[in-house]
Amino acid sequence: MSTTFDKVAEIIAETCDIPRENIKPESHAINDLEIDSLDFLDIAFAIDKAFGIKLPLEQWTQEVNDGKATTDQYFVLKNLSDRIDELIAAKGA
Amino acid sequence: MRLEYFQMIDRFVDVDVGERLIRSVCTVPELSTVFEGHFPGYPLMPGVLLIECMAQTTGWLVSALSGFTGLPALAEVKEGKIRTAVFPGDELEFEGKVVHEGSGYAMGESKGWRKGTAICDAKLTYRIVPYPNPQFRQTLWEWAERLDFPLKEFSK
Repeated sequence: MSTTFDKVAEIIAETCDIPRENIKPESHAINDLEIDSLDFLDIAFAIDKAFGIKLPLEQWTQEVNDGKATTDQYFVLKNLSDRIDELIAAKGA
Repeated sequence: MRLEYFQMIDRFVDVDVGERLIRSVCTVPELSTVFEGHFPGYPLMPGVLLIECMAQTTGWLVSALSGFTGLPALAEVKEGKIRTAVFPGDELEFEGKVVHEGSGYAMGESKGWRKGTAICDAKLTYRIVPYPNPQFRQTLWEWAERLDFPLKEFSK
């Protein structure tokens, strides 16, 4: 399992007081872990700080609202971890 | 400071873009309908309005840093502390710092003082929501000028 996922899972467990063992790569942050949009801001803040990136939440929300993407693409944790890896790679490029 | 209109800030005295820091001052009015209820015969500045002072001070900086493209709506107050009582006539100072500018949100920290003594502090989360109409931005700019906010530094 990716180091990125482990770090994200730790952040979610600590921020939302969710048992770490309940947080799995296939978990959907909203549908499965029931994280609301306000708590997700705290998670985004912690992720931004931990990885030195800026999660493009506004862009993702727009894409979902426009029907160009599904929430699974950004909020299933293995996908979120992939997006984070992409942002890290783009930063270093 | 006009409590009934939630106009908490009298003017800004320092805005440091590089440090992401802002300072405001205000004087609690001697008379206000707020004090008729809070409390009869014992006028006391409501603690939630001190939170509002911190939220507005830091919120203006969030607005400016985002280029006045959206309204910073207060979403969360963490570790809010009201350290002492504040009364009519008190002269207050507030400081706000933006500690993180995220996508569609911002995190800040704020403190308040009276004559150098800490009166309140909190960590604040803002969602940046679209303005309700194009005129709203102009309204904010005019308001900012009345508060001595250095708009030119933030013009994009």
